Amino acid sequence: MKDIKNITKNQIFWPITALLLVLLFNLFFTPGFFKVEVKDGHLFGSIIDIINRGSPLMLLSIGMTLVIATGGTDISVGSVIAISAAVAASLVGGEMIFVEGVQEYVTLVPMPIAILATLVVAVLLGLWNGTLIAKLGIQPIIATMILMVAGRGIAQLITAGQIITIYYKPYFFFGGGYLLGLPFAIFIVGIVLLIIMLLIKKTALGLFIQASGCNASASKYTGIYVDRIKLIVYTLSGLCAGIAGVLISSNIKSADANNAGLFIELDAILAVAMGGNSMTGGKFSIPASIVGALVIQSITTTIYSIGVPPEITLVVKAVVVIMICLLQSEEFRKLFANTSWLQRRNTLENKISN
Amino acid sequence: MKGENILLTMKNICKYFTGVKALINVDFTLRQGEIHALMGENGAGKSTLIKVLTGVEKLDEGEIQLLGEKVQPKSTHEAQGIGISTVYQEVNLCSNLSVAENIFIGREPMKFGKIAWKEMHKRAKMALEKLDVAIDVTQTLDSYSVAIQQMVAIARAVDVDAKVLILDEPTSSLDKKEVEKLFSIMTKLKKEGIGIIFVTHFLDQVYAVCDRITVLRNGEFVGEYQTKELPKVKLVAKMIGKDYEELNAAIKGDEHKENKKDFTQEVFLEAKGLGKKTEIEPYDVTIYKGEVLGLAGLLGSGRTEMARLLFGAVKPDEGEMYIEGTKKNIITPLQAIKSEIAYCPENRKADGIIPDLSVRENIILALQSKRGWMKYIKRSEQEKIADDYINLLSIKTPSAEKMVKELSGGNQQKVILARWLLTQPKLLILDEPTRGIDIGTKTEIQKLVIEFANQGMSVIFISSELDEMLRTCSRMVVLRDRVKIAELTEDELETNVIMNTIAGGN
Amino acid sequence: MKTKFQTKFIPIFITFLLLMGLLAFGSLKYTGFFSLQNFFNLLIDNAFLLITAVGMTFVLITGGIDISIGAVIALVCMLSANLLQKGWNAFVVMVLMLVVGAVFGTGMGIFITKFKMQPFIVTLAGMFLARGLCYVVSIDTIIIDNPVYVAISQSRINIGTGFVSWSVVIALIVLAAAFYVLHFSKFGRRIYAIGGNEQSARLMGLPVDQTKILVYTLNGCCSALAGIVFSFYMLSGYGLHTVGLEMDAIAAAVIGGTLLTGGVGYVLGTLLGVLTQGSIQTLIMFEGTLSSWWTKIAVAALLCLFILIQRVFTLVKTKKAKPI
Repeated sequence: MKDIKNITKNQIFWPITALLLVLLFNLFFTPGFFKVEVKDGHLFGSIIDIINRGSPLMLLSIGMTLVIATGGTDISVGSVIAISAAVAASLVGGEMIFVEGVQEYVTLVPMPIAILATLVVAVLLGLWNGTLIAKLGIQPIIATMILMVAGRGIAQLITAGQIITIYYKPYFFFGGGYLLGLPFAIFIVGIVLLIIMLLIKKTALGLFIQASGCNASASKYTGIYVDRIKLIVYTLSGLCAGIAGVLISSNIKSADANNAGLFIELDAILAVAMGGNSMTGGKFSIPASIVGALVIQSITTTIYSIGVPPEITLVVKAVVVIMICLLQSEEFRKLFANTSWLQRRNTLENKISN
Repeated sequence: MKGENILLTMKNICKYFTGVKALINVDFTLRQGEIHALMGENGAGKSTLIKVLTGVEKLDEGEIQLLGEKVQPKSTHEAQGIGISTVYQEVNLCSNLSVAENIFIGREPMKFGKIAWKEMHKRAKMALEKLDVAIDVTQTLDSYSVAIQQMVAIARAVDVDAKVLILDEPTSSLDKKEVEKLFSIMTKLKKEGIGIIFVTHFLDQVYAVCDRITVLRNGEFVGEYQTKELPKVKLVAKMIGKDYEELNAAIKGDEHKENKKDFTQEVFLEAKGLGKKTEIEPYDVTIYKGEVLGLAGLLGSGRTEMARLLFGAVKPDEGEMYIEGTKKNIITPLQAIKSEIAYCPENRKADGIIPDLSVRENIILALQSKRGWMKYIKRSEQEKIADDYINLLSIKTPSAEKMVKELSGGNQQKVILARWLLTQPKLLILDEPTRGIDIGTKTEIQKLVIEFANQGMSVIFISSELDEMLRTCSRMVVLRDRVKIAELTEDELETNVIMNTIAGGN
Repeated sequence: MKTKFQTKFIPIFITFLLLMGLLAFGSLKYTGFFSLQNFFNLLIDNAFLLITAVGMTFVLITGGIDISIGAVIALVCMLSANLLQKGWNAFVVMVLMLVVGAVFGTGMGIFITKFKMQPFIVTLAGMFLARGLCYVVSIDTIIIDNPVYVAISQSRINIGTGFVSWSVVIALIVLAAAFYVLHFSKFGRRIYAIGGNEQSARLMGLPVDQTKILVYTLNGCCSALAGIVFSFYMLSGYGLHTVGLEMDAIAAAVIGGTLLTGGVGYVLGTLLGVLTQGSIQTLIMFEGTLSSWWTKIAVAALLCLFILIQRVFTLVKTKKAKPI
């Protein structure tokens, strides 16, 4: 009994339960959901699809978890995706040329440089958010809203209002390639996750982030530079969004300033909420958020496969976010606790012990 | 005395917070035209009683009667409606609004469906003139001093046709003259038949204006007394309880006074002309090794500000600081920590504990920042440290992994103390370390302070309770109005000397 | 009220100078810029923004935020277009839309005050909910061809040599009403009190929760009204209408002297803010070669600039510096 209690107390228990429930639902209602085929040495199937399509979201949820842990939020991630996709696409670009009758692909700038430049841009955007929030003291929602709105404009300017198509084949490997039979994107997620987890667990960064999010003023008195912590998390969030932008543009082989990463900030925030993280800052678990991201992607895929109009997902997600926050609200809990027998017993015990 | 015109009675008031009994069968009676002091140490239940009376908290048992009728206000608004007004310790008005609005908001005079601004200004002026305050009521509140703001708050409270006026530590940020002014206002209001409940911890003030005293201790009713018939010493004994004498003897006897050392040998820290505009006037101070230096003064006198400058929590805009002879530039807490200075802030909840982190994490936090984020303290080492300090300070917690917010106030304070001891400071600054914690823990902390000093650590001790300062300190700096006004040596450390210096008498 | 010039009006004065500068610059550079009609066009094109920015000003004064307004406007356009297509009476639709906006705002207000949830997360969810509902109605553009809407959309009210639209009249009425409420009603002064110090407002016995909920309700109504006006303007409903409008509205308020920290704000300033944004848009339009996206970027830059100015002013004003 005690063991079970300990398991349910673990933060990752509930997101995993949710994931299992979604999968269970599919086991019964979506024929062929768990079918995994091997084609050309790659694995194919809905599950693999979830992993592949969910990779950008998983990346975002890593950054978003850290940001929310400091008590902030970053709603600019969608725009950062659009900008980095635009930068990557316009730098890689690519042309199909015929050299002596053989197709060949060339890039505008070498691909590694293009990707590096993209990530630098993403880091700078994250730093910009971080500076507004940590140095100027602007509320996170407003600071990142500025980039959310203006960022789409910047992406439009980079792409000159067009959808840029990418013609350079090696670039497609990131978002569409396979390694050891698995989508390559998941390896990128794995690497980012590993690095961040090492940073969090092997240095004091994780502790400092939690402390700053939980009580910023007290953290300052213990010698933590809370401003720097904030700067770091927003920069990391920008970087994660930048990598996600590369994955997305590579997967759809183009950059669309209007639609790349549109509304994905909600998914990222929802993933963090689903992971059972406090939305007001403090304790956090990145693996739990990753599972949360997987739940969201599974639901999205499920909705597509059972034929519910996909338009409704946005509504469902918005409602779920509110529900989760509601469950975290002490006032809301009190509303129920007051009427429950437990409360009555407590006051009774108090009176007796007096 | 105007006789026994009973205005307000509170009978058998009980209030429980989850698991804690805040008030147990408390009685309180207020008569018309009297000033009635509500006394008790921190945590005695004064503020809970006030909260119950003003509708901030719901009472669990008991009855309140106003002019013979049973009342149970559910909000401050309702309380005001039936004639119970409150002026709080920190001015609870809106500084972005004008003085007149602050007096009239919620019940502005209307004319043709509009707020009659002229009328309001006129009436505000009159209301303030009644208290002998003549100011431009159209200015925003934040353009006036705290004392004026306090008067505005009283004007507001009285103007709503108050029968009962509650003054909750209104004098803590006022100087002597302002206090006298306040008292004359109180006496005036008393003559008009208003019953005033006066909460304060300045004994002299109680004897200066109050007719009656009700004492609470540990949430229980101790008694109601005529001021004239209760000497100060007895009042203190009632507030503190029987164990007062024993306590005093236990600490003072063997450890403190016998170890009369000459501290003026080795200097740890020397500040020269250190100051910051709007915080504290430039001051010089020397802190010797192994001494307990008290910072005395009223709330808002600059005690905390002085400490914050030393800790780098506020960046000084002038002056120099020398630590063990070398000049140091300390403008952030981390620099102070690295120079072996530690600071337990005044407000434990807001600036001390990280509520959702475990006891272990709370303890290692300062040491971790001292070492830098790259050199993460190993988990096993963390656990060992935490256990060691839990034992050393006898922190009552089921385990080091318990969230610190689940501990009692006193134990939280010990966790913060552990946090700073762990950094092995040479100077430990304690700002109100015993506020709001039980008397047992209080004594323990006082004992520890003396012990640290004996081991060679310098301690700066800030407290509103003079007795506590007298018990622990070997030297005192007195502040008033954000200026350092005196240094008192060990021989001068006597209650009335200190009181007089604080008050600016002699 | 006071007429004495106070330092707190300096940021608004800067805005006024900026607006004048922009208009003067346009008049010198482009022929046809300096005309009464061009000024009226500023109002015509931004009537909906003015309405929603006024609502936003109320929310910001309480110290809150609402980023759902763009989505609510889109939802109102979408729902009206859908219902009109089904043959509903135009006026019934308008009233219904106001109710929808009010319900939306009230709901968010209740979540924020009664359950102590952070305004940003509630209104963020509200934003996505409203956008999602748009898509549930339709993922395509719905054209509005209801005769009443078309008639309102095309009617002109002549003033001197120029003309304005009904939308402008509605917007100016909203502005006047808001001015009255903020400066001459008890409710309005409560809003300032709450923004100044919520705790104090509570202790002074003001109905804080009720006031805040009402402010979000009002803001919801303003968004709905802005949505109705916007549907006059666009004569269509589409799920991606007014994406990012929340920033324009916040920027209008902030440029007009409203503090993001609450307690200070003026709807007349908000009018200046809206006109400033409109002038920038017009200038970019007159330039012809610039992408319309520059408007968003310019507004974002302006918002940052004014936040910076506010910060400097509050720093100067704050007599007692905060520790650390």
